[in-house]
Amino acid sequence: MLFSVTAREAITTVPLTATVTEVDETTARFIGELRSLWRKARENANAAIMQQTFIDITEPLFGSYDRLVPGAPARIVARLNDQLCDAAAQDGILLLDVARASERDGIDAWFDAGRWLQGKLEIAPQAAPLYGDIVARILAAQRGLSKKCLVLDLDNTLWGGVIGDDGLEGIVLGEGSAVGEAHLALQHYAKQLKERGVLLAVCSKNDAGIAEAAFREHPEMVLRRSDIAAFVANWDDKVENLKLIATRLNIGVDSLVFVDDNPVERARVRQSLPMIAVPELPADAALYVRCLADAGYFEAIAFTPEDRHRAEQYAANAERAALLGSAQSVDEFLRGLKMSVLFGPFAAVDHARIVQLINKTNQFNTTTRRYTSEEIANLINLPSALALQFRLLDRIGDNGLVSAMILRPTSDDEGVLEIENWVMSCRVFGRRLEFEAMSIAVEAARQRGVKAFIAEYIATPKNHVISALYPSLGFAAVEGSATRWFLNLADYAVQNSYIVRARATIHAGAAG
Amino acid sequence: MTDEEILTAFTRILRDLLLDDSIVLTMETRRENIPHWDSFNYVNFIVAVEIKFGVRFKVADIESFANVGAIVAETAKILT
Repeated sequence: MLFSVTAREAITTVPLTATVTEVDETTARFIGELRSLWRKARENANAAIMQQTFIDITEPLFGSYDRLVPGAPARIVARLNDQLCDAAAQDGILLLDVARASERDGIDAWFDAGRWLQGKLEIAPQAAPLYGDIVARILAAQRGLSKKCLVLDLDNTLWGGVIGDDGLEGIVLGEGSAVGEAHLALQHYAKQLKERGVLLAVCSKNDAGIAEAAFREHPEMVLRRSDIAAFVANWDDKVENLKLIATRLNIGVDSLVFVDDNPVERARVRQSLPMIAVPELPADAALYVRCLADAGYFEAIAFTPEDRHRAEQYAANAERAALLGSAQSVDEFLRGLKMSVLFGPFAAVDHARIVQLINKTNQFNTTTRRYTSEEIANLINLPSALALQFRLLDRIGDNGLVSAMILRPTSDDEGVLEIENWVMSCRVFGRRLEFEAMSIAVEAARQRGVKAFIAEYIATPKNHVISALYPSLGFAAVEGSATRWFLNLADYAVQNSYIVRARATIHAGAAG
Repeated sequence: MTDEEILTAFTRILRDLLLDDSIVLTMETRRENIPHWDSFNYVNFIVAVEIKFGVRFKVADIESFANVGAIVAETAKILT
């Protein structure tokens, strides 16, 4: 549900002579009314709510001095937007920031006085495609379709020149040269993306040793080798290397954005792997960052602790992979990890992460049902449902909140719970968490007097990895169905997982 | 561009807008003669015409066009 509201009403209610406090009272009342509309919408429709920011349609009154007059129209719009954003954060509303877009494109690209007068169209029709694009990005982010990894070429992308020919001292990078600073700006931007949870990878036609040396030894490099989750430098086809990067990071090829200054490479990747996003970099390196940012590949609707620590977690996984390589057997490796699981019902504090996990996970996702923020919020403290979250820790580190399971009573038998969806982050595949999670779910269900589970596996192009999940956990195929599975809880056999339970906080809830 | 050509283009625009291929505009057609050509779709029609012909009407004109012929005449006037 999309709320699109004009600031005009608030502007006309505030006298020009109003003090800061008076302005705030009016704007707060205005935002308060919006919040009650959001509540009503939530009560009446189980829909995600999107609220548009206020575009500044005001004209200067004093000129530059407007900014010093609390009651000046432009100041009121600014206050409205401040308070709107605070309210949206508190209420978990999706924000559609057309104000930012109109500042960037210029108000004339977004607002046309004639259209407002004729049809009260505050967004000019010529801005409609852009508007639609921004809405689509947010919806895509909500559905987990945003990109996850930025793959960077090196020569003439991350730095100027060709390191293989020019040498470490010969490449153009850093302060003092406009070109060097342009490439540095791209590195800074990539680093910021990394800090918000986007994975970075390198895909370069280069000698690996020479390419890595630049990251370690060049004094002007902003990106360090440790910032790069997958580093591929060789003379092979980039199409194959991009597939390799996706495999190494255990993400889909369609989660990649490929940035390369070479139009031939770009064309080749677009043709062979059309699901990869390939921005058409301009010839001028000064515009690289803008080109990448404009595309909105990494649109997000949350910024969770998992995002903040994603790069570290991938680094920790590299450490685990090394451990696995040196272990005599998988069992020895798993024992050596000293894993523990923290689990409990969906908690309000983890709400944003649960929404993100369920909607971004494609591989270990039993039904690929997506949920709005509101739907997950409703599951918290819903006594009839059993909604479980799992966090996996080991001696290398905290893997974060990596699995969620949603069970609900079936309509015809309250003694049977259906596993409506179950997701697990690819970061913890092969750690036997699915066995421990199922044991936990079975115990919690038994406490409620539940006799059996029904589960469904809906195949997608991406979740083949768990096609045998339910039989491996002891479920039997439901007769006459190719996708439904059944488990009599009395027959459930616990399988060893090497995972200890750090804390058990499952409440019995209402009897099922 | 002749008035007739402009009129034909208008017919095409309105057909696309209202998803109705039976629409035939004449110089005398008024909005109330065409089903669903409400005020909102009138604005949409004007926007489409402005984009198609690269013209810009004055608010006062948009409000006072008596019939399709008046819009055709104003378009032709701006174009010459």
